Amino acid sequence: MQSVDYPFLIEKARQIRKMTIESIGYLGVGHIGGAMSVVEVLTVLNYKHIHRDADDPNNPDRERLVLSKGHAGPTLYSILADQEFFPMDWLHTLNKGGTHLPSHCDRNLTPGIDMTTGSLGQGLSAAVGIALGNRLDGIDRPVYCLIGDGETNEGQNWEAAMSAAQFKLNKLIAFTDFNKIQLDGFMVDVMGIEDLGAKWESFGWFVQRIDGHDVKQIDEAILRAQQEQTRPSMIILDTIKGKGVDFAENRADNHNMKIDYQTALEVIGRI
Amino acid sequence: MSNYENVEMRAVYTQTLIELAEQNDRIVLLEADLMRATGTQPFMDKFPQRTFNVGVAEANMVGVAAGLSSTGKIPFANTFASFAARRTYDQFFISANYARLNVKLVGSDPGITALYNGGTHMPFEDLGLMRNIPGLTIFEPSDAVSLKKLVKQASEFYGCTYMRLNRRVSPVIYAEDADLQLGKGYVLRDGDDVAIFAIGAVMVNEALAAADVLGMQGISAAVIDMHTLKPLDKELVLSYAQKTKAIVTCENHQVINGLGSAIAEYLSEVQPTLMRRVGVMDEFGEVGDLDYLMKRFGMTAENITQQTLALLKQKEKELV
Ligand SMILES: Cc1ncc(C[n+]2csc(CCOP(=O)(O)OP(=O)(O)O)c2C)c(N)n1
Repeated sequence: MQSVDYPFLIEKARQIRKMTIESIGYLGVGHIGGAMSVVEVLTVLNYKHIHRDADDPNNPDRERLVLSKGHAGPTLYSILADQEFFPMDWLHTLNKGGTHLPSHCDRNLTPGIDMTTGSLGQGLSAAVGIALGNRLDGIDRPVYCLIGDGETNEGQNWEAAMSAAQFKLNKLIAFTDFNKIQLDGFMVDVMGIEDLGAKWESFGWFVQRIDGHDVKQIDEAILRAQQEQTRPSMIILDTIKGKGVDFAENRADNHNMKIDYQTALEVIGRI
Repeated sequence: MSNYENVEMRAVYTQTLIELAEQNDRIVLLEADLMRATGTQPFMDKFPQRTFNVGVAEANMVGVAAGLSSTGKIPFANTFASFAARRTYDQFFISANYARLNVKLVGSDPGITALYNGGTHMPFEDLGLMRNIPGLTIFEPSDAVSLKKLVKQASEFYGCTYMRLNRRVSPVIYAEDADLQLGKGYVLRDGDDVAIFAIGAVMVNEALAAADVLGMQGISAAVIDMHTLKPLDKELVLSYAQKTKAIVTCENHQVINGLGSAIAEYLSEVQPTLMRRVGVMDEFGEVGDLDYLMKRFGMTAENITQQTLALLKQKEKELV
């Protein structure tokens, strides 16, 4: 196995960012903003904390990941391709008719995807259920879940938050990709959610807030969350929507963008 | 040439709402973080006080719309049709319909027009869910002209409505002075051998193309735009059942509990009629472009033609 140190993770994140833009550029349109802001957290999770076998992706004794903001699927697909869960050339079938790689994560189509998502707000409840099921089965592994900040508007998240605390799901480690932008624009202008940390704390969660593009901070926060004995964890990631795609970074309209292949290749050269 | 050639349906929708809102200050707009998709920003620019974007929270949006309605406002609430139907169903059912309020719910990207958003966003069930709500008016305009006329009519009466909105450019079918009425199907083409009832932009256009092909084979097919699913235009359905004794229905939706079901249920009691239903055969949606998805789910003129020919063969056999 490769040694997973911080320089390795930083380099991996860069590679994943490039692969993801390449696959979106090949199609010509995609959720660039929200795919780019989660590159580091998905890299740290999948190369360091999630140990599963590409040849046996559904072994029940594994860490699971619910990518609740399912429209960031393309980032996870790059990682899974790199980890040989499926052939690399699948990345060029993204969103094409008959593909195994749809815009939103689908557990029945893609090896390595643990939960079907895309209708925002549903993933955290599923993660609560997985954590409960693991507990019944004596599987003592973390369950990871990544939600969007705009997604946090959905009331179901707060129903899940209540239940996770009530059931003392210390194995549930969730992240909020706090890139400050939802589909219609900046969250402060559409539907603000601050003080986000205080909200989760008041629901009984162990809350940390870190730089979501710093692999060391992400790793350390996960390690701390893994030590928690009673409470579910929320790690709030301060991120930049569109991170690394210079013309898109932090723009109010960078949710779903057109990008031609030539532009994608140029951007890749600058990442 | 029509004023609406190459105009996105969502632009026509927004412009219509603006015109209505200029004349009626009770009209308000609600969005759930999909304003960029619905394209209603110009409404918000014009009426910032009367626009409410609740964020990604569709159930809240519809509940809020019901509250606004109880203070006499006329709320138009927009989201993707998948979420309009599935996410807000109980709120729309109870707070809006059961409470006898006046909420105009709009679901965009119906059926396969959800395209690259894929299965999670591809509603083949919204019409079916909505049909089960007592007294609800349900319609799906087939082009920009009918969109404008029907939205206006929906705003003018008290009571909940559900409209499917294809937000993209779609061929213009109607002349601007066409006499379109909510609740009344529109005969686009008359015919004697078979009647094709279609709903929505995708299927009405395919039905017209199928009728052309059938015409070349000497078959006279009527094509009817059944833009209003509920209340069903029973009179029109019955008259064509009696005249043609063969009915084909076409919908960008499950064949279960949509237009085909509505017509079959009605006719089975008053005038049992041979039918074929063209639509999704009890399947989930998936990603792809429009061309792929039309073929994948049989929403093509070719399939309509084949189904019609099979139906006519059956009719010949049974009526000898
Ligand atoms: C229930 C539901 N409503 C609406 C949408 C459409 N939609 C997709 S992404 C999005 C914005 C999400 O914002 P956020 O969670 O902040 O995602 P990010 O900015 O990280 O991409 C919306 C409204 C959806 N997928 N599901």
